[in-house]
Amino acid sequence: MTIQLMQGNEAIAMGAIAAGCRFYAGYPITPSTEVAEVMSRVLPKVGGKFIQMEDEIASMAAIIGGRVGGLKSMTATSGPGFSLMQENIGYAAMAEIPCVVVNVQRLGPSTGQPTAASQGDVMQARWGTHGDHQIIVLCPISVAQSFDLTVKAFNLSEKYRTPVILLTDEIIGHMREPIELPDFDIVEKFERLVTDTPDNYKAYRNDRGDVPALAGFGLGYRYHITGLFHDEVGFPTQRLDEIDPWLERVSRKIETADDILLYQTDYEAGARTAILSYGASARTARHATKQMRAKGEKVSLFTTQTLWPFPEKAVEELADSVDKIVVPEMNLGQLALEVERVVGRKKVVRVNRANGDMITPNMVLEAAEA
Amino acid sequence: MSEHILSVHDLDVGEGQIPREDWFEASSTLHNLRKNKKFPTIWCAGCGLGVIMGSLIRAIESLGLKNDQVALVAGIGCTARMPVYMDYNTMHTTHGRALAFATGLKIARSDMKVIAIMGDGDALAIGGNHFIHAARRNIGITALVVNNSTYGMTGGQYSPTTPEGMRATTAPYGNVEPPFPVCDLAAAAGATFVARSTAYHPLELDKHLSEAISNEGFSLVEAVSYCHTTYGRINKLGSAADMMRMLKDNSISKSAYEKLGEDERETNTKIVRGVLYRKKRPEYTKTYDSLVERKHEEEVKLRNTGRR
Ligand SMILES: Cc1ncc(C[n+]2csc(CCOP(=O)(O)OP(=O)(O)O)c2C)c(N)n1
Ligand code: SF4
Ligand SMILES: [Mg+2]
Repeated sequence: MTIQLMQGNEAIAMGAIAAGCRFYAGYPITPSTEVAEVMSRVLPKVGGKFIQMEDEIASMAAIIGGRVGGLKSMTATSGPGFSLMQENIGYAAMAEIPCVVVNVQRLGPSTGQPTAASQGDVMQARWGTHGDHQIIVLCPISVAQSFDLTVKAFNLSEKYRTPVILLTDEIIGHMREPIELPDFDIVEKFERLVTDTPDNYKAYRNDRGDVPALAGFGLGYRYHITGLFHDEVGFPTQRLDEIDPWLERVSRKIETADDILLYQTDYEAGARTAILSYGASARTARHATKQMRAKGEKVSLFTTQTLWPFPEKAVEELADSVDKIVVPEMNLGQLALEVERVVGRKKVVRVNRANGDMITPNMVLEAAEA
Repeated sequence: MSEHILSVHDLDVGEGQIPREDWFEASSTLHNLRKNKKFPTIWCAGCGLGVIMGSLIRAIESLGLKNDQVALVAGIGCTARMPVYMDYNTMHTTHGRALAFATGLKIARSDMKVIAIMGDGDALAIGGNHFIHAARRNIGITALVVNNSTYGMTGGQYSPTTPEGMRATTAPYGNVEPPFPVCDLAAAAGATFVARSTAYHPLELDKHLSEAISNEGFSLVEAVSYCHTTYGRINKLGSAADMMRMLKDNSISKSAYEKLGEDERETNTKIVRGVLYRKKRPEYTKTYDSLVERKHEEEVKLRNTGRR
């Protein structure tokens, strides 16, 4: 094992390979393209497959098809491409097909600034596809975390049979940091085995826990997959007694899970001010925290890697001990909306920047000290 | 089982037909329908889709394929509802995207026979980009495009195959756009097997489909059909039977077409039925799989010699 200097985007590709990803479909877009380039080079060497599709709609469709064929699958994109993927992300949620979608956020809307960073897709990652659905969204703050969270994204997507979005940004994606890659053979990989025989297999059964096993096509389990509301064997249905149990199960499987919420707390006893952040802005937040402490001011820091579902209990507890939560983010206030929902508007101070520049520690300091 | 849910066993059998108990034995078509599926189909009585579904089943059966080996991937539309009734690995995806889903599936399982089932709008309007790229790659997928000249499911709007001058709910004064020649488009884009027949000619469709499925690369079968309840009604084309008759009267076999004089061919407006195009070209997954094999072997060698 050696320490290497690596880009966030490269670390994502390495994390995918380590997690067992063997199919990648994508369409080039700045600032995510390195993920595709590394995957196209490495996948064949490990017996995996890569394809550059005709657009992002097709890429998203292809990775779902690939997973139905039994290969763990991923795509990576940025703003405009992420917009195009939304319909099929909803399909993956509805049909419960595991897959990982990387969005290296760039400044938007529209073509925006392809090479500038942003955190403007937080709400789109949650609600971008139409209709009510659950989704898991993870957000790294370093190169090392880009690797770790990609592995985690694959494992969560398999465990909960859901699309998982890795929401990184141009800064983390293009930044180089030292990273020590583990031996890929010993990286934990979640696999859910099908224990039923083809005769009693039901791809959407409600009676054996919240996550039924997904059988790959061509293995003797002939069943139906659809984006329509469906019954336990996957056939379209309009019956409320078949729709309701499904709705309850797919919400519950993610809402009640105890291993999805990842966050780090660095609390200081007696602090009345806290900073809550994620992604590239969390690096600024960390810096600001250090500076405040150096000046003898008390401050707590909460950095979250899971954006959705939002770690509301932990944030609620934090709010009980402080008067003010500063939320720096590179958008016009998106995760702040969620923090405000949980702790009330009065305690939340937003620090926003949506012009492609990073938030500076000074901007956070001013808000924290005001 | 509640009242409105029927299984194939409960379907009414007309007089003089094979007794219900013997259906599964007697008919390969029924044998390959899903026994636990809620029948009847969602299709209007008289729709050509049932005939085409029968052809597809017979074609698969004639090749001696195991049902487990076959995957049907459909988009959205009346046509795209076909797979749910059939006892294979089946997937009903999003409008226009069947070929993109099918591409991922075929790459993951290049040993399987993957058939994409699409309407004309599905394959050629919203899915037109995927259609030409799947053909260009010559990926081993059979595209079955049921061309009823309209958007049946949404109620008879004009589609990329609606002839000029015909009416639709969104072309109340007549369609001003020219239609795609579907087979020419596929051939030009790189398909290696292209054939066309109609819902009136199921035995021809059987043959075309079985040849398409056995072709290693990208195949297109255009099954010309009709939608009597929307497009037919708006254009006053009569009943399902009338529209079936039109498929018979307004089509010509390729061999008969070739016997026509040059002038007659130039002015021909009839649908030409037959195998229209065949070519040999490397299939995508075969080529990519051999690349993977080569790179994988190199990598293993490097590792064994301690250079990695
Ligand atoms: C993205 C999207 N746009 C529009 C629709 C609505 N829609 C459903 S089926 C259909 C057209 C169906 O026409 P065709 O593909 O020719 O199939 P047919 O019903 O005629 O067999 C449309 C426009 C949709 N489901 N999804
Ligand atoms: S609407 Fe038209 S295409 Fe659809 S089932 Fe009815 S007749 Fe067939
Ligand atoms: Mg149509």
